[in-house]
Amino acid sequence: MTPAAATIRGASAPAPLVRRVLQQGRYETLTMLRNGEQLILAVVLPLMALVALSVTPLLDGLGASRINIATPGVLALCAMSTAFTGQGIATGFDRRYGVLRFLSTTPLGKAGLIAGKMLAVLAVLVIQTAIVTVVALFLGWQPPLAGVLLGAPLLVLGALSFTALGLLVAGTVRPEATLAITNLLWILFGALGGIVLPSSRIPGPFSGVVDFLPSGALGGAMRAALVGGQLNILAVVILLGWSVLAAAAAIRWFKWS
Amino acid sequence: MPDSSAPALVIDGLIRDVGPIAALDGRMKRIVSGVNLTARFGQVTALLGANGAGKTTTIECAQGLQRRDGGTITLLGEDPDRPSAALRARVGVMLQDGGLPPSARPLALLHHVAGMYGSPRSVDELADRLGITSFADTTIRRLSGGQKQRVALAASLVGNPEVLFLDEPSAGLDPQARLMVFELIRELRDEGLAIILTTHLLDDAQKLADYVYIVDDGATVASGTVPELLSQATSAEAQRTITFEAPAGLDPGAALRAGLSVLETRPGSYAVSGPLEQGDLLALAQWWARLGIMPTSLHLASRSLEDVFLALSGTEMR
Repeated sequence: MTPAAATIRGASAPAPLVRRVLQQGRYETLTMLRNGEQLILAVVLPLMALVALSVTPLLDGLGASRINIATPGVLALCAMSTAFTGQGIATGFDRRYGVLRFLSTTPLGKAGLIAGKMLAVLAVLVIQTAIVTVVALFLGWQPPLAGVLLGAPLLVLGALSFTALGLLVAGTVRPEATLAITNLLWILFGALGGIVLPSSRIPGPFSGVVDFLPSGALGGAMRAALVGGQLNILAVVILLGWSVLAAAAAIRWFKWS
Repeated sequence: MPDSSAPALVIDGLIRDVGPIAALDGRMKRIVSGVNLTARFGQVTALLGANGAGKTTTIECAQGLQRRDGGTITLLGEDPDRPSAALRARVGVMLQDGGLPPSARPLALLHHVAGMYGSPRSVDELADRLGITSFADTTIRRLSGGQKQRVALAASLVGNPEVLFLDEPSAGLDPQARLMVFELIRELRDEGLAIILTTHLLDDAQKLADYVYIVDDGATVASGTVPELLSQATSAEAQRTITFEAPAGLDPGAALRAGLSVLETRPGSYAVSGPLEQGDLLALAQWWARLGIMPTSLHLASRSLEDVFLALSGTEMR
């Protein structure tokens, strides 16, 4: 064999970084959208919550119409569904099947893989937001313009925060445990975590702590923005704190195999 | 451009510890303790050893999938500990467990992986070559082990790599697929790729490898071309080997006296080596009779690569 053979073939090159991440984001988005259970969690359950909150008196007496208070919380719930539960479970099983290891040996790499996953979360969230917004507008939602401009980046922050938390769970325990933990927390955060119900409506012992949970912080920040057009700085700081903590813990303890 | 007269991969004195292990009172366990290896372009380099010898750990350190605790590794002139995208683009990896998402379909997955590279191979050509086209749209979870193995091989090749790592490439393949895969590996070798494969099957090494490293208990214990290793066997202690073919997954060791080495060299193919006497042949025949087995072939020989392997890797082979 002539040793020059490899030089004749020429060196293989990676695709540009942006294309690799977009490619992975697109692939993960399609995978998430093709998953039926995922769609129930991402779209059907939030819509059911939206309708339920607009026809029951749970949110009465808070100084705004039911739908105006319900919609920001339901958007926050969408972010939690996709970023925490959906991406957490998907990543947990990718880890079990060695997909994370294989993809990290391609030019995509570990950082590109995580970036692709975040991109997919945001892409699915855009679709969820569009659907929830259309339904909410039909139900009489009237968000202030300033609130919309404020709410969009807050929702992205919430999604990134919950993605970091989801990856932390997925990277540290078995996928079956990830499935159980992220589903259980979705229910607990959804019902009692201040995400769709404001902390003032949470029964006794919980109401004091929910504002400090990622769910309560995102729900509170979204409602402040989309009901009153205001920035709830404390909630944003709490959310940023959770993001930094979860990301640091995930970087420290995430196991790729 | 790579300087292809230089080796593609050099591993020198690799050390890898895992743990802490609870059974060792929380101490670390050294699972690789001095593997040395050089792989060249246009050659198939095999790491041959029993399961648990440290082969996978060794190549995963070279792929940047595991951190090493000592020694040096140079892959295409770089340290692969934190491989750059440029380095990853030049190296193809087929993992032992495949690493394929069960819900994906082979052809779509290969196109996806191809998108990570600047100058990928043609996915359709590759799929055709490896017989993937016939199950291109079946989800991976429904494929047989051998079919998955071929998809994983295609995924490792789609980026048009210069260096190819194959971890147990023949695992799960039926004889026909095995021929197809071996043929492709030889062809890639002739194209100039440096191919590094692990195997616990002597037959694979004998059929494919230009250069063999025998790994035992975390260290390379012998190396050379197959003829070189065979000539080493003449200087190894005198011993005989009985090889026979019978149903896979049996444990002939249970029927034989201690001091003999027993190895299933490929599924259903057994080798018993050591200072064999007539009584051992009788014990084996009685054991077949007890199990109601008639071996499909039986061979008595005095030297083979198996002897080298067994002589060097000790009695732990069972």
